[in-house]
Amino acid sequence: MKFAYFPGCSLKGLGRAYEESLLPVMRHLGLELEELDDWNCCGATAYMAVDEAKACVLAARNLALAERSGRDQLLAPCAACYLVLNKTKHYFHDYPAMKATIDRALAAVDLAYAGDTAVRHPLDVLVNDVGLDAIRQKVVRPLRGLKVATYYGCQLVRPYATFDDPYNPVTMDRLVEALGATVVRYPLKTKCCGGSLTGTVPEAGIRMVYILLNEARKRGADCLATVCPLCQFNLDAYHAQVRSEYGDVIVPTVYFTQLMGLAFGLPEKQLGLHRAAVPLRWRPPVPEVAHA
Amino acid sequence: MVSLKPEIRIGFYVCHCGHNIASMVDCADVAAYVGQLPGVVLARDYKYMCSDPGQELIQKDIAEFGLNRVVVASCSPLLHEHTFRAAVAAGGLNPFLFHMVNIREHASWVHTDRAAATAKAKVLARAAIRRAALARELPQRQIPINPGVLVVGGGIAGIHAALTLAEAGKHVWLIEREASIGGHMAKFDKTFPTLDCAACILTPKMSAVGAHPNITLWSHSDVVQVDGYVGNYTVKVRRRPRYVNEELCTGCQECIGNCIYKEPKFPDEFNEGLGKRKPIHIPFPQATPQVVLIDPQVCLNFKRGVLTDRCKKTCVEACGDRKAIDFTQKEETKEIQVGAIIVATGFKPFDVRRVPQYGYGTYPNVYTALEVERLVNASGPTAGEIVLRDGRRPSAIAIIHCVGSRDKKTNRWCSRVCCMYSMKLAHLLKEHSGAELYNFYIDIRAPGKGYEEFYDKLNEEGVHFIRGRVGEVTDWAMIPEEEGKLVIRVEDTLAGVVRRIPVDMVVLATGLEPHADAQAVRRLFNMSCGTEGFFLERHPKLAPVSTFTDGVYIAGCCQGPRDIPDTVAQAGAAAAEALALIDRGHILQEPNTAHVLADCSGCKSCLPLCPYTAIGFDEATHQAVINEALCKGCGTCVAACPSGSIGQHLFEDDEVFSEIEGLLTADPEPTPALAATP
Amino acid sequence: MPATATPAERVELKSGPPPAAPAGSGGRNWSTRRIERTIKYESDRNVGFGRDVMRVPGCEQLENCIQCGTCSGVCPLSIYMDHSPRQVMALTRADFRDEVLRSHTIWLCASCYACTVECPQQIRITDIMYELKQRAIDAGIYPRRFPIPVLAHEFTHMVRKHGRITELVLVIRLFLKTDWFAALGNWRLGLDLTRTGRFSLLTERIRRHGDIARMLDAVDQPKHPSP
Ligand SMILES: Cc1cc2nc3c(=O)[nH]c(=O)nc-3n(C[C@H](O)[C@H](O)[C@H](O)COP(=O)(O)OP(=O)(O)OC[C@H]3O[C@@H](n4cnc5c(N)ncnc54)[C@H](O)[C@@H]3O)c2cc1C
Ligand code: SF4
Ligand code: SF4
Repeated sequence: MKFAYFPGCSLKGLGRAYEESLLPVMRHLGLELEELDDWNCCGATAYMAVDEAKACVLAARNLALAERSGRDQLLAPCAACYLVLNKTKHYFHDYPAMKATIDRALAAVDLAYAGDTAVRHPLDVLVNDVGLDAIRQKVVRPLRGLKVATYYGCQLVRPYATFDDPYNPVTMDRLVEALGATVVRYPLKTKCCGGSLTGTVPEAGIRMVYILLNEARKRGADCLATVCPLCQFNLDAYHAQVRSEYGDVIVPTVYFTQLMGLAFGLPEKQLGLHRAAVPLRWRPPVPEVAHA
Repeated sequence: MVSLKPEIRIGFYVCHCGHNIASMVDCADVAAYVGQLPGVVLARDYKYMCSDPGQELIQKDIAEFGLNRVVVASCSPLLHEHTFRAAVAAGGLNPFLFHMVNIREHASWVHTDRAAATAKAKVLARAAIRRAALARELPQRQIPINPGVLVVGGGIAGIHAALTLAEAGKHVWLIEREASIGGHMAKFDKTFPTLDCAACILTPKMSAVGAHPNITLWSHSDVVQVDGYVGNYTVKVRRRPRYVNEELCTGCQECIGNCIYKEPKFPDEFNEGLGKRKPIHIPFPQATPQVVLIDPQVCLNFKRGVLTDRCKKTCVEACGDRKAIDFTQKEETKEIQVGAIIVATGFKPFDVRRVPQYGYGTYPNVYTALEVERLVNASGPTAGEIVLRDGRRPSAIAIIHCVGSRDKKTNRWCSRVCCMYSMKLAHLLKEHSGAELYNFYIDIRAPGKGYEEFYDKLNEEGVHFIRGRVGEVTDWAMIPEEEGKLVIRVEDTLAGVVRRIPVDMVVLATGLEPHADAQAVRRLFNMSCGTEGFFLERHPKLAPVSTFTDGVYIAGCCQGPRDIPDTVAQAGAAAAEALALIDRGHILQEPNTAHVLADCSGCKSCLPLCPYTAIGFDEATHQAVINEALCKGCGTCVAACPSGSIGQHLFEDDEVFSEIEGLLTADPEPTPALAATP
Repeated sequence: MPATATPAERVELKSGPPPAAPAGSGGRNWSTRRIERTIKYESDRNVGFGRDVMRVPGCEQLENCIQCGTCSGVCPLSIYMDHSPRQVMALTRADFRDEVLRSHTIWLCASCYACTVECPQQIRITDIMYELKQRAIDAGIYPRRFPIPVLAHEFTHMVRKHGRITELVLVIRLFLKTDWFAALGNWRLGLDLTRTGRFSLLTERIRRHGDIARMLDAVDQPKHPSP
């Protein structure tokens, strides 16, 4: 399987551990990712707040580039990018005026978008295309004993719940269980991480991070698993602020791809685990019968 | 060809239907246009043709102008064709010389351009005039009516309708899918707003059904096929085996006590799974008929429904000489003849798992309203004590309204009874447990006699009413008081603040929706469904218990959510309509039968095609013969005859072709028949 | 972008939780309390504002709001808002433009879409919030140093210029533009990022970065340039 791949700004910046772990895991499962040539920022939440049409145009350039690459599926690991690209595609089909604007803007740079590319998230592809059986077969160091709170955040399942329920998604739960770990029931799995509010309105943002971490701790989770670079950053990087407001609540937050890498026995250096402010120290037990 | 009257004198009327037609169609213009068509003697527009003055106008004109055809352009023939036919007949004309054209549903209601709608109305009217010109006088057909009535569904609606009819001396077959009649009402403890005991008012009616000589009650049965037409329906009913002979069982229930299972072990449907029963059981103490049944899925003498004869059959021993238990009982199909049918299949409560944010199935102490009806019931699984699934007793209880109602993601309609039954449950729960009660509602809908007063009473009792649709029910605590509780997060929209309220028990006021098999039942009885899936009444105001199929009536919640008083009123109305039909003794049938023309070549192609086997063959004349008593006017043979030798009354070829020409010709030319007139 | 002069009534943006009720203070603080008129006259309405918002893609369903409060009930930020999301819907539909655009609710919205997927009337509240933010920015109605609109502004500039976002550069520019002393309190965050190899000020940019400006200008072409 070959996919066009849209990393998005975060995976090149604060979320680079996500890309670092995603690429080898995908390769290990025989999936080829081809990074879009000269992709640009998707527009994200911030641009939507300034000018919706322009935000959609920014996203549409990437969709057009994906079409030009000849791949019919575009992989967007960042939940925010995933949402904006999907929203743009919806608006392109639902609103003729928006389509006209997008067409005009793309024409100005000699691009065109037909509206076909499917925008997929790696979680969806891994569980629904590759399949849990294929994944189980690659597990050499099952994550036995690790208790995981699966945290989906907002924008992967909302508002376009394409592959899972918007309130109680389970795709990642099934994946994490296939890796041998235990999923703890975590009712906050789709609550907001605070988004950019951790920076802009910390009274609110830090409290949201605290609630998420505290509940994971109360339920005995060893770590939170995320699908989005912003969620991972918020839950990981603000431990100090949480401590000064509410006292110590230490729970590491990893990307689900990092857990996969650990279970696949991929070299740790490839997984970017050291990039977290509060890294996951737990390691899967080495299987007793070693391979010849 | 049937010979036509020498002179065609058509009277044409276009109805305004108040503003319904007049606002989009220029009625005077249509009348003026039709007035100059050949054969039309007079053309009028009038505000309401269906009114008495409108009908009298037609009669007066027939006499005064010697009309011999009448065409009315107005609403749907379904609504008023019989009205105008009667008017024309009263004026002394054969009713089949009347023709109706629909310019409301087909023009004014569906268009937004007045000029175009008017032009379309003219074309439709022109076509109708051309068709009417060729109309023939036809005799009315009379058919006798079978006086029996089938009632489907034994909830309070079916029970009330059956008793009313039986009291009037008609024989009723009451078919109930479950093992006992009673429907939802049998599960309630009290009923709003009077709080009278449901069992006390329902049980006497149930036993009356069981004992009535005019009622044949078949429970544990399904209607599988319906044939025929108004006045003469043939119905096939499948009677599923209960492995107990209804005639021999006395309802002593000694078998239950002696079942090899000493303790009840299997979820008890009547108690919404909150209690347990044995394989051989009776649904509830007042069940009607008072006959036990065996659940072959769990009985030891069966293996997943298949007889194995491996149990010691202690039940048979206990039954003794009565010999009521019969493991070899088979499914039976019975056929009955009735003249009218009342469908009263009720509703299904909304499946609360479709709203995962309210935690049903995740948190044991989240209940559906129906479960709570059993929980507060003195004869329920906890004998009326409010003991939660985890054994605790609640000190705070939340009731969430509108679960699966007023929500475009699930069911968009208001279920009408949930506000009231939520208040009833609040009262009962408070009475039984002393807990604090919180009702979370969007709007309180209490529009019934004594209902608003009931709301007042609840306020006086100190039940909290918080206006806000609950966001979610969770078990994560923010503050120590919330630990171990279910937390409701809601905007108190009247106070204008977001609140978190910890409770021990949550009750979901589930909405009412159509049964999952509503579409199949609809097809069985040839009814229609509205967009929501409830059965459609013929007219929302004026024919609320009739359907679009003559002789088939609806009552109760299968037509839409309603409370018991309204259900009973409607059931009475359905019974009255059925009585009015039956007591007429006969019905007039459309004379739309097929007839063989003289040039039939005797090829016999039509014979096997007729779905009603109405076509025979006359060896003497070597021609097909149609039995008009059997013909339903479906038209299959008319279309199939290779030599065009079958005609159909009311739909003769020349009539239909002339009408089509009227639609398609840009500039109408006189029909051949009209051309012949001087 | 300067805030426009505000009409007769005072506006003051309080960030952080709304002031606590003066419990037990009796009438003592009465003299120091400021009172404001809360009545709305028809002349306070900007007739047509609600309809206008409803014409925007995604905002059409607003007319069906039944004021049930589900949106506020599920909104994680509603506890900080001056007007709950439900109230913003009501005020928008009733044409109280100034009240809505000055509400800090629209800036607190984290675009988590929780309300949108739960609204029983399928109103896309999040998208309406986006539209209201845009209108507030267009009208210049927001406090100058309030970080959220500044972030949006800086973000769009960076995208226009480079085609991509370098998160840390963005954050530092944000600190500079909002006298946000918390920047100092965040020194640990900076340390952590450096330690874990994520602190990079190297600007990310695309090869054909001129394309972005060209596309964005093409969007504006048929419109009148905003003042
Ligand atoms: C929790 C709750 C509490 C309520 N409390 C009150 C109250 O206090 N007061 C009040 O006035 N109203 C109350 N109601 C409303 C009340 O339940 C209805 O008005 C009433 O039950 C309607 O009666 P019905 O006969 O139309 O339908 P049902 O009670 O649903 O009966 C329908 C019957 O038809 C049978 N059936 C269904 N399909 C078929 C089929 N295909 N073939 C044969 N049989 C079939 C069913 O088994 C059932 O026996 C309450 C409703 C609920 C959900
Ligand atoms: S056969 Fe056995 S298990 Fe079944 S009802 Fe009789 S005694 Fe009970
Ligand atoms: S949830 Fe929807 S209908 Fe309810 S108040 Fe909010 S916007 Fe209005």
